[in-house]
Amino acid sequence: MAKILAVDDSASMRGMVAFTLRNAGHDVSEAENGQLALDAAKGGNFDLVLADVNMPVMDGISMVRELRTLPAYKGVPILMLTTESHTDKKMEGKAAGATGWLVKPFDPEQLLATVKRVLG
Amino acid sequence: MSKAGLAQFQQVFIEESLEGLDTMESSLLALDQGGDGELVHTIFRAAHSIKGGAATFGFPEMSSFTHEAESLLDEVRSGKRAIDAAIIELLLRTVDCLRGMFARAQAGEALNDAVAEGLRSELAAAMGRGVPVAAVQARRDADQADAWTIHFRPHASMLAGGNEPLRLIRELVGLGKLQVTPLFDRLPAFGVLEPSECHLGWSIELTGPVKRADISGVFDWVEDECDLSIEAKHVVAEVAATPAPAAAPVADAGAARAQREASAESSSVRVSIDKIDGLINLVGELVITQSMLDTFREGDLDAARLAVLEQGLAQLARHTRELQESVMGIRMLPIASVFNRFPRMVRDISQKLGKQVKLELIGESTELDKTVLEKIGDPMVHLVRNAIDHGLETPDKRRAAGKGDTGTLTLHASHRGGNVVVEVSDDGAGLNRDAIVAKAIQRGIISSGEGMSDEAVAELIFQPGFSTAAVTTDLSGRGVGMDVVRRNVSDLGGTVTIRSTQGKGSVFTITLPLTLAIIDGLTAAVGEERYIVPLISIVESVQLKTDAVRSVAGGGELFRFRGEYLPVIRLHEAFACDHAVHAIDEGLMVVVEGDGSRVGLFVDGLIGQQQAVVKSLEANYRRVQGVSGATILADGSVALIVDIAGLVRMQGRRKAA
Repeated sequence: MAKILAVDDSASMRGMVAFTLRNAGHDVSEAENGQLALDAAKGGNFDLVLADVNMPVMDGISMVRELRTLPAYKGVPILMLTTESHTDKKMEGKAAGATGWLVKPFDPEQLLATVKRVLG
Repeated sequence: MSKAGLAQFQQVFIEESLEGLDTMESSLLALDQGGDGELVHTIFRAAHSIKGGAATFGFPEMSSFTHEAESLLDEVRSGKRAIDAAIIELLLRTVDCLRGMFARAQAGEALNDAVAEGLRSELAAAMGRGVPVAAVQARRDADQADAWTIHFRPHASMLAGGNEPLRLIRELVGLGKLQVTPLFDRLPAFGVLEPSECHLGWSIELTGPVKRADISGVFDWVEDECDLSIEAKHVVAEVAATPAPAAAPVADAGAARAQREASAESSSVRVSIDKIDGLINLVGELVITQSMLDTFREGDLDAARLAVLEQGLAQLARHTRELQESVMGIRMLPIASVFNRFPRMVRDISQKLGKQVKLELIGESTELDKTVLEKIGDPMVHLVRNAIDHGLETPDKRRAAGKGDTGTLTLHASHRGGNVVVEVSDDGAGLNRDAIVAKAIQRGIISSGEGMSDEAVAELIFQPGFSTAAVTTDLSGRGVGMDVVRRNVSDLGGTVTIRSTQGKGSVFTITLPLTLAIIDGLTAAVGEERYIVPLISIVESVQLKTDAVRSVAGGGELFRFRGEYLPVIRLHEAFACDHAVHAIDEGLMVVVEGDGSRVGLFVDGLIGQQQAVVKSLEANYRRVQGVSGATILADGSVALIVDIAGLVRMQGRRKAA
């Protein structure tokens, strides 16, 4: 079981991710945008952060950049949930400090496989 | 994940996407009015979310369609393309098309239609290219070998990015037999070793029939964070094409459909946390009151304790009332969701008719019951169409009448008493008395307009089959008239009235109950029965002398009320009650209004005003004419709620028979 933070402004996406991970036995927190995710991250020691790229208030890429400045989040896996059309976004996310990405659309099995990949 | 699990989020996705489309539409309209660039980002985000979600939740056609719009928006967002009226228009139509797709998705129908296909081409053309014929198939890295040599040397910073070399090597284990040799050559002296950095490298021999793509897939996140070489030892000439995956099982398609239908029907309400917290708070107080009252189970009731008991009961009453209000509040939503569709509609219609219209929305935060809200849209659409089509004049005519070129259409919502009042007003030409009278005579509704008050003439437009437009336009002339508007509103327990001044404009006033679940009513006694008369339809109650009511030929009765003769409906006759008062001077005449006409309801007497929780008679028994539902009185007996409009119709039929 891992502590995971799911960040997406879309309630359906976030809900699907959280539901799938909780069913797999993880402890999942949710945040609606990058800013709220940062606040949540400061309060909890997450083992993994999954974040959408396009969000209001603070987007996923800025969030990763901010998160990597926190000593507690150096080395913590952060995955970007991105759409295929934005290959440049993957690289932008990587440059900001993301560990990797999961391309939308993904189904619950793909999500679990990827999470397993980073959590070992 | 279970099907029910996914379906649950599919429904959330549809709801949030419809909200997203509303946001796109209002932002596009604001952009049309010269709004700022931040709007483009908002629109882009909404489109992007719909695209991503549609693919995830099983609507690939919608996803690829939205992708076109998103690409166009991306060009605008990044400054590659200037936004103009044509693009806004195109995107507005895209929003409409997507709404249609969502409606079809909920009905379980095919998503694509000719409109969507046409728009796809238009969107592509707007970006100066043709429609992508098919998604470019990803180049298959079919390179396969029996043994590989992988040279993997992470950059020092790799660990900070959350990627762990050990994990990557473990992933390779799944592919075949591994032989891993660590490379220590770059390991610094212990004194200067930085433990958060990566200094090792590995040389890996992988044996087994593995594709290159599978190996590079393991390293795809770290390509830019390491030196990597993947070399085949023995290349296999050709790879047999992998068989196409078997068609997805369709066995439980029926179950899926049932699921979909169920979710389409059980619509949900979004409730703010504040409302829920308030509710929890109240329940907490109720529990405290209950435990306080519980102490009265034991011991004698002396005067001092009686005072405390009374206080407790008063508290219980207060909390119950507050709880009721809060629970009702959960179903209450701001009327903004209905108002918001009008800016677009008014823009489209006024452009079509060559009129200049300014729309003013007032009281958008006024809340009313979700059910009422859902059903008030259509009547309002009709009133707004009418106002632009028939009420407001063209700029020339307005100038001739000494008014400004631009007409004003106002939608105003407010709470008044226990009701919500929605006014649709315009500063147009107002009702044309002569035209209405002429039309009504032509239609055989009246024989002459002489002596009719302006009010009575205005009422004529609510008569079935009435239309004053010389040419039936495609806007208002859709086969529904004001009679339908009035019937729809009266089905919601509300009323529509009109106030018009020739040359100055008209005001349509819709009065609606706050909720359909509870009505304010007067309890009337008829024999041993009790009936609830909805307060909203009561005009006045009067005690009459026996000779004030006159019988007319055909068996009806009439009485004079404020210069008007009103028909009498004796409730004991309508519902065949025994032991009721028959003499006019011993009972009470309640003047009520329903379906646009006033009648006198003759009852034994009125007992008092109360709030009645409406129970459906249809669901528990069957539909009964003249009755809209039932409620349970304080003594546990059942009282029927009188449907005034239904009674009036019943009376009309009986007279005609």
